[in-house]
Amino acid sequence: MMIHISPPHQHGGDSIRATMLSVMIALLPATLCAVWLFGWLAVWQIMTCMGVCMLGEWVALRMMARPSRLSDGSAALTGLLLALTLPALVPWWMTVCGSLFAIILGKQLYGGLGYNPFNPALSARVILLISFPLAMTSWLLPAATMPAAVDLYDVTTTLTLFFGGVESLGLTLDGMTAATPLGYIKTDAMQGIAVAASLQAHDYSYFNAFVGNEGGSLGETSALALLIGGILMLARGTIRWHIPVTYIATVAVLAAIFHAVDADRFAPPLFHVLAGGLLLCAFFMATDPVSSPMTVQGHIVFGIGCGLLTWVIRTWGGYPEGAMFAVLLMNCTVPLIDQYCRPRVYGHR
Amino acid sequence: MKLLDVWHKLRGASGFDGGVVLDMHKQTAASPIVDCPLPSVLIHPLKQHIGASCKSLVHVGDTVLRGQKIGKSQGYISAPVHAGTSGRVVRIEEHTVPHPSGLGMPCIFIEADGEDRAVAVGPKLHHWSMEEPAVLRERVRLAGITGLGGAGFPTYVKLLKDQRSPIHTVIINGIECEPWLTHDHRMLCEQSDTMVQGLMLLLHMVGAKRGVIAIEDNKPDAIAAMQEAIEAWYAASEHQKALKLSVQALPTRYPQGSEKQLIQAITGHEVPAGKLPMHIGVLCQNVGSTYAIYQAVTHGHALTERVITVSGDALPKPANMRVRLGTPMRFVFAQCGLEVFDDIQIIHGGPMMGERLKNAEAPVVKATTGLLAMQRDVLLAEHQVEEPCIRCGHCSDVCPVRLVPNLMADFSRQGDFEKAEEYQLFDCIECGCCSNVCPSHIPLVHYFRYGKGQLAQIRKEKSFAEASRQRSEQRAGRMEQEKSEKAARRSRVRAQAKPAVTEDKDA
Amino acid sequence: MESIIYAVLALGGLALLAGITLAIATRVFHVEGNPIADQVDALLPQTQCGQCGYPGCRPYADAVAGDEAEVNHCVPGGERTMLAIAELMGVEPKEVEEEATQPMVAFVREDECIGCTLCIKACPVDAIIGAPKHYHTVIADHCTGCNLCLEPCPVDCIDMLIKPELLEHWSWPLPNTQRAQQGRERRSQHEAA
Ligand code: SF4
Ligand code: SF4
Ligand code: SF4
Ligand code: SF4
Repeated sequence: MMIHISPPHQHGGDSIRATMLSVMIALLPATLCAVWLFGWLAVWQIMTCMGVCMLGEWVALRMMARPSRLSDGSAALTGLLLALTLPALVPWWMTVCGSLFAIILGKQLYGGLGYNPFNPALSARVILLISFPLAMTSWLLPAATMPAAVDLYDVTTTLTLFFGGVESLGLTLDGMTAATPLGYIKTDAMQGIAVAASLQAHDYSYFNAFVGNEGGSLGETSALALLIGGILMLARGTIRWHIPVTYIATVAVLAAIFHAVDADRFAPPLFHVLAGGLLLCAFFMATDPVSSPMTVQGHIVFGIGCGLLTWVIRTWGGYPEGAMFAVLLMNCTVPLIDQYCRPRVYGHR
Repeated sequence: MKLLDVWHKLRGASGFDGGVVLDMHKQTAASPIVDCPLPSVLIHPLKQHIGASCKSLVHVGDTVLRGQKIGKSQGYISAPVHAGTSGRVVRIEEHTVPHPSGLGMPCIFIEADGEDRAVAVGPKLHHWSMEEPAVLRERVRLAGITGLGGAGFPTYVKLLKDQRSPIHTVIINGIECEPWLTHDHRMLCEQSDTMVQGLMLLLHMVGAKRGVIAIEDNKPDAIAAMQEAIEAWYAASEHQKALKLSVQALPTRYPQGSEKQLIQAITGHEVPAGKLPMHIGVLCQNVGSTYAIYQAVTHGHALTERVITVSGDALPKPANMRVRLGTPMRFVFAQCGLEVFDDIQIIHGGPMMGERLKNAEAPVVKATTGLLAMQRDVLLAEHQVEEPCIRCGHCSDVCPVRLVPNLMADFSRQGDFEKAEEYQLFDCIECGCCSNVCPSHIPLVHYFRYGKGQLAQIRKEKSFAEASRQRSEQRAGRMEQEKSEKAARRSRVRAQAKPAVTEDKDA
Repeated sequence: MESIIYAVLALGGLALLAGITLAIATRVFHVEGNPIADQVDALLPQTQCGQCGYPGCRPYADAVAGDEAEVNHCVPGGERTMLAIAELMGVEPKEVEEEATQPMVAFVREDECIGCTLCIKACPVDAIIGAPKHYHTVIADHCTGCNLCLEPCPVDCIDMLIKPELLEHWSWPLPNTQRAQQGRERRSQHEAA
């Protein structure tokens, strides 16, 4: 019997692996920055996440008797992304649980690559946040501002920290952690302290926020590194500009309007853009192809929705940071967006 | 909707939406057109166009001349078939043709007598500008010309004049956006004067004033040659200044040469769904067709030869060739140094829209734009894997028709053909951009063809069932009627018989 | 007083408007009252072969619509028809017992035909033409391949031939990739279950 194969007989050469690799390369600056800020601890977190994710994927596919997909790098990327959203200090078993959540609950249960409605890394991160709120909001001080007793660039210290927790070094959390800017302006606001005063009290500087020298998750603090990665992906055509640009712009515009109305209660736009996980989410999470809309119009709607929700949650929500919730919530709306944001077909009215 | 249009304008830098930049492999761009020798036997399939099949006019043993009509067109959308050379009809039988199914159709085999005596389809009309367009159009029909760009739509149908939508622009499509192919490029360079004449002829036939020769900007020599030819024409003829001829260089971007996309790029208008270019006043003709039309009108030549590109990564001596229609592909490849076809995959046409053929036995037909000999393993490796869709949206990005290919493919795969149709499956031009960029190597176009085929089949079955029902109902009605008639007759007979019996008794 | 008039007028106007809208809506969204038997009949292949155990498609459709017959008796219709009827009737799909064979077409060996007209009488769709004492011919385009004409023929001159596969009727199969085939398998398993 003849096997029928349809044209085209020329392929552009793109592949899933190339796509994933290109995202990972784009994450390299943020990863290096995490290592610079949090030393070996970052390395352990990242390695654990990636390793467990890949292992989980392998086992899950094995159990379902499906061909292995490890070589396409999607599990490794999920691991890396998850690691970058974790606080440096989460204990190893939480990291492992999170990675397994990401791969098994977030991805394989839905049918594997291409079928997950939510970004696996983000959904795992949110499960962790809800399950272990304290650990997930204890932000380790970056190495530069760390008390001398703890050397994050020392292998054994970090290993003890990673596996044994803070107590094993005979320290308390208080001495080593600090709130994130979003966190302290929120708590201060509840005590009626104006934004500017709160920022001043915590020695906030835009420069530190830009290079990342402040508390936060491993990979989300440095706006500079994330921007480099984002621009890299845009230049290589891995992602399209619509989601990140509309996302960030929506947050900035909203912040600007409200800041202009009441500067004491609402933080300035630049603060919002540099703070928290916004840039990480805008460039790497919201643009995840599987869980974002298909068409350009869909992307714009999606980006605006993410921006809106992020700012609303940050301003009025219970958590200081809303970017991840916003992206996950918008993930739910993707089928709807896809349904309605279809471009006008050539020749049709 | 207006805003969206502006948006699309901004997005489509090359004048149409989407599209991809391909590796062009135009190795034969500088090879002059050479004549392919005449083979000993020509094979003429009886259907080489879109539309109804032809009926054979000859019998085995008949002698024919080059240009003699051997297949009579049936129906409105059809084109006759002419003998490629003089000789004898040796067989009329089923033979494989360039078609993806690998199936055959009735073909007329002509054994060449080597003399190549020709007969014209009509007198030479060198002063065509004096003739009525209808006369010229009839000539095009008699010459059996179809679109030589690959689709094979009968040309004279496109030339019909419609009072409601007069044609204002004639576009000569010299884009040639398919990789590997260079025959139109060479024609533009070598026959630039004929091209201008042909364009004039087309303008005269449809009564248009504006003529555009569209060429992709990766063929600077062709652009220069055409510009020169047009300038020369303007210098020579003062009285026809009313006509506006121009060469338009367009960015190299596949599928720039697709008729609808080209029209969008040049006029800025889209051909409405379900309509033809003529409905927005545009006529688009391929370079090869223009040449053939000109030859048919001025010399009375039927369409018996065409220029093709023979190339491919497994071909020793690629070339642009003028080939007699009906020449077996094996013969053509032999001219280019390829005799053994192990591990070689033949593609009929370009790599983006051309079909993969089973063997080299099929003949060159009117729709043959090129023949590619590719290394089979390399080609097939591309088609082996299909990974899950990661919804990256690249396919919708590059779709020139602005479809959502991955969803249409999903629906087709799942057998939900109505849904696929709702997503305008039938508007897909099968350009292949989406399959080309898909990182998951999903054979999207294949799914579309499957879906379209299934939909057509379902429709056919439906209408057949409907016709059957009508016939069966008619029959039931007729039987009912017959029965009642019979009963009526019987009762009448009985009624007549009865008195007779009584009378008998009485008597 | 005035305000009452205004109120009445406004309400009346609104009522009128709503009435008109409703009237238009019924026009626009009008659904032909289609008895279920007709709808079932429309899904059947109209081969009229009687393999369902009924004298033709319409009787079978009536039986299905009257809940007297299962949805899986039509052999030529195959799985596709069964699924469509099951969906229409809102019942569980059932497996089709007999596989439909390849499409066939009847052919009269004309030199043997004695012109008895018996096959004409048997053909449910009038696909055979011919006058008494003259040889008969099957109109291939009308023949449904139901075999009903074979039996009555006294000289057995009717053959059932496989319908030739024509290039024009060829259509693309699913791609040969694993994923496409898996999808097909899973679907058929799903439908069988
Ligand atoms: S290009 Fe391929 S993987 Fe990407 S959305 Fe389209 S079909 Fe899916
Ligand atoms: S093949 Fe069809 S769906 Fe794919 S890009 Fe071309 S027109 Fe669009
Ligand atoms: S089996 Fe199907 S095709 Fe044959 S008579 Fe019954 S319903 Fe009609
Ligand atoms: S010709 Fe015979 S097989 Fe064909 S429909 Fe009539 S009775 Fe059935």
